[in-house]
Amino acid sequence: MRNPVRNALMNGSIRRSLLTIAVSLFVCSLAFAAEPAPANKNSCLDCHSLLEENLKVTPEQFAQDVHAGKGLTCASCHGGDPNSDDKAMDKSAGFVGHIRRAQIPALCGKCHADAAYIRRFNPSLRTDQLPQYLTSVHGKKLAQGDEKVAVCTDCHGLHGIRAISDTQSSVHPLNVAKTCSRCHADREYMKSYSIPTDQFAGYSASVHQEALTVRGDLSAPTCTTCHGNHGASPPGVASVENVCSTCHALQAQLFDTSPHKVAFAAAGQPGCVTCHSNHRIIRPTDALLGPGPGSVCSNCHSPGDAGLQAAGQIRTSLEALDTKIGSSDQILKRAASSGMEVSDAQLELGHAKDSSTKARVTLHSFDPKLVQKDVEAGTKITDQAYQAGVQAMHERDYRRMGLGVSLAAILAVLIGLKLWISDSEKKHD
Amino acid sequence: MSTLAPVRRWLDERLSLDDLTAPLRKKTVPVHRLTYWYFLGGMTLFLFVVQVCTGMLLLLYYRPTANEAFESVQYITTKVQFGWLVRSIHSWSANLMVFTAFAHMFSVFFLKAYRKPRELTWLTGVLLLFLTLAFGFSGYLLPWNTLAFFATKVGTEVAGQVPLIGKPLLVFLRGGEDVTGATLTRFFGFHVAVLPGIATMLLLTHLLLVQFFGISVPPKLEDEWAENPSKRREMKFFPNFALRELMAWYLALAALGSLAALWPWELGTKADAFASAPAGIRPEWYFMFMFETLKLIPSKILFIDGEVLGILAFGFGGLLLLAVPFIEIRTRRLGSWLLTGAGALVIAYIATMTIYGYLPK
Repeated sequence: MRNPVRNALMNGSIRRSLLTIAVSLFVCSLAFAAEPAPANKNSCLDCHSLLEENLKVTPEQFAQDVHAGKGLTCASCHGGDPNSDDKAMDKSAGFVGHIRRAQIPALCGKCHADAAYIRRFNPSLRTDQLPQYLTSVHGKKLAQGDEKVAVCTDCHGLHGIRAISDTQSSVHPLNVAKTCSRCHADREYMKSYSIPTDQFAGYSASVHQEALTVRGDLSAPTCTTCHGNHGASPPGVASVENVCSTCHALQAQLFDTSPHKVAFAAAGQPGCVTCHSNHRIIRPTDALLGPGPGSVCSNCHSPGDAGLQAAGQIRTSLEALDTKIGSSDQILKRAASSGMEVSDAQLELGHAKDSSTKARVTLHSFDPKLVQKDVEAGTKITDQAYQAGVQAMHERDYRRMGLGVSLAAILAVLIGLKLWISDSEKKHD
Repeated sequence: MSTLAPVRRWLDERLSLDDLTAPLRKKTVPVHRLTYWYFLGGMTLFLFVVQVCTGMLLLLYYRPTANEAFESVQYITTKVQFGWLVRSIHSWSANLMVFTAFAHMFSVFFLKAYRKPRELTWLTGVLLLFLTLAFGFSGYLLPWNTLAFFATKVGTEVAGQVPLIGKPLLVFLRGGEDVTGATLTRFFGFHVAVLPGIATMLLLTHLLLVQFFGISVPPKLEDEWAENPSKRREMKFFPNFALRELMAWYLALAALGSLAALWPWELGTKADAFASAPAGIRPEWYFMFMFETLKLIPSKILFIDGEVLGILAFGFGGLLLLAVPFIEIRTRRLGSWLLTGAGALVIAYIATMTIYGYLPK
């Protein structure tokens, strides 16, 4: 049976027409897709990109803002209607032009303290910044009417706020110290607060800064690590040890059991910083210990007292271990450069170096016996490594002696062969 | 009467030893100012024997797996009695053997010893030289240390650039897409079974041909001697030349022992496939000229990939080397001089690029 529709479709002219329509539709759809979608109007940027100084906000600047990336607009903070030139700055549409500094934490907190709202964008983002800020020195002073103190925008920026993970962000770990220093290193600006302004200079020379910027260890401490970020405040004498112990846990535990814990508390001295300083924390050396010049023990202890003697004892044993490690290292290097296989001993010596480091941690107990235990463990390994080095050097000498004997034997054979050749050739001649 | 005489007589009755050794007794070696170059072939043979002996000793302890190879070599060098010496001699001897094989090849080239009727001797010799390089390449990976691992990676990548067969060749060499334990096992197989098998057959053929055709005389001297036969000077191969060769072997042994005792071959650190390649990765010295050339070639020459072009050029160079006896036409003096000049240029190029490869950059 013949199908009339099929017959019609099979008809050449209809097929051509259908093909023409299909191609036209395809071309039109491509053209349609290629046309850029109309952008939302932003009358704020239209004007503010032309303004000068504080009022200038360029589209590029705003495009980099982490909030713009999440779909927020100028109106999210300033109100008004950016879609309309007339209502852009209409107060009936909630427009707020200049936001007073005192209002900024609450304005940011409107979203950042709203867990339900923040979850829509970044569920892992904390929402306790505002309550923390209110407990901070900055927040408290702001509440008292001091508008010189830092508010959210002072640290995070104004219209180009970047994510903390962005290395260009003013609050990225690499930039935090510099951001804080904008106020805290400004002697004139900080005059009314009667606090030092050398923290940044001290920190810049510290081992922490070196770890962060030179070694690129982003977990190394910067200002906010010890002082807190939104709830920023000085740790206070009693809490210094707790702050340092977040990273230096073992040292803190040992310090807690040491006689210094009670003595420092009684003298009103902050734990760790009494010996290590606070911001200018330089790499500690053995010179800090004992009675010698550069010692911090001598700041409190008198020459000859039991404490200073114990410190001297600790220093002596630490230095003795280091000397032994140095000797072993030297002989093993010499053996290795002579082609001897001493990699196992070198690996073991690494453990002795670990013991030396451990002993320097243990010294926070200020108990010479405990330190001696670590030193002895290191010394045992070091002695074995040294012996391995000595054996390797003996083996090297033995090989060289063997070589000498072999070469002498080969020389004797060569002479014998030469004589044999000469003799046999003479006979034939 | 020697105590061995009855044994010799017993063997002679059964094997006709006198007939067998007759060619050796008749064989002579031309004596002239370049006679010393004749020692190089024998020295290469001696080093090959050293390689076989020390290789067999290493096999007693070596384990060809990615997990155990490095540790087994470490064990050999630290715990096995004289293991350090055996391993070190094996490594040094390999390098000296490559050197003497090259030197032997060039001496034969410049003394024109490849000419008729010795074309087959040349062909087997050049193939043995290629095999020596293959021995070096496959053996370099076996300690499974960092340098060897990455050098093998680079080396097999170069092989992968060969047009048409590059990819299958790379997979064949590596036993997969990457350098892994499978590559090590494969290289071990090549190093201790495939290559020695082929090398032994080629070596026997080569020696048989040398024996059959005798030692070549340089063309100039041959002409002189033909004009004036009284000038011809020869020595008996056995014992005169053989004893001198023995002296050369002893000297080689002394050199090997000294190198092994004073500069034991380093083991390095264990290969880690996940670690990034250390700086200064380079192949063994005998591949350096090719490595440096490929590095210096521009990425594109006309429309062809520079590296591919370089590999093709080296491949073509290898074929030219094999074809040397068929390229030169003896009657044409010019052809002979051109070939000698080309040989000198090749030596200068190899030496320059090798030195350049070791210069700090």
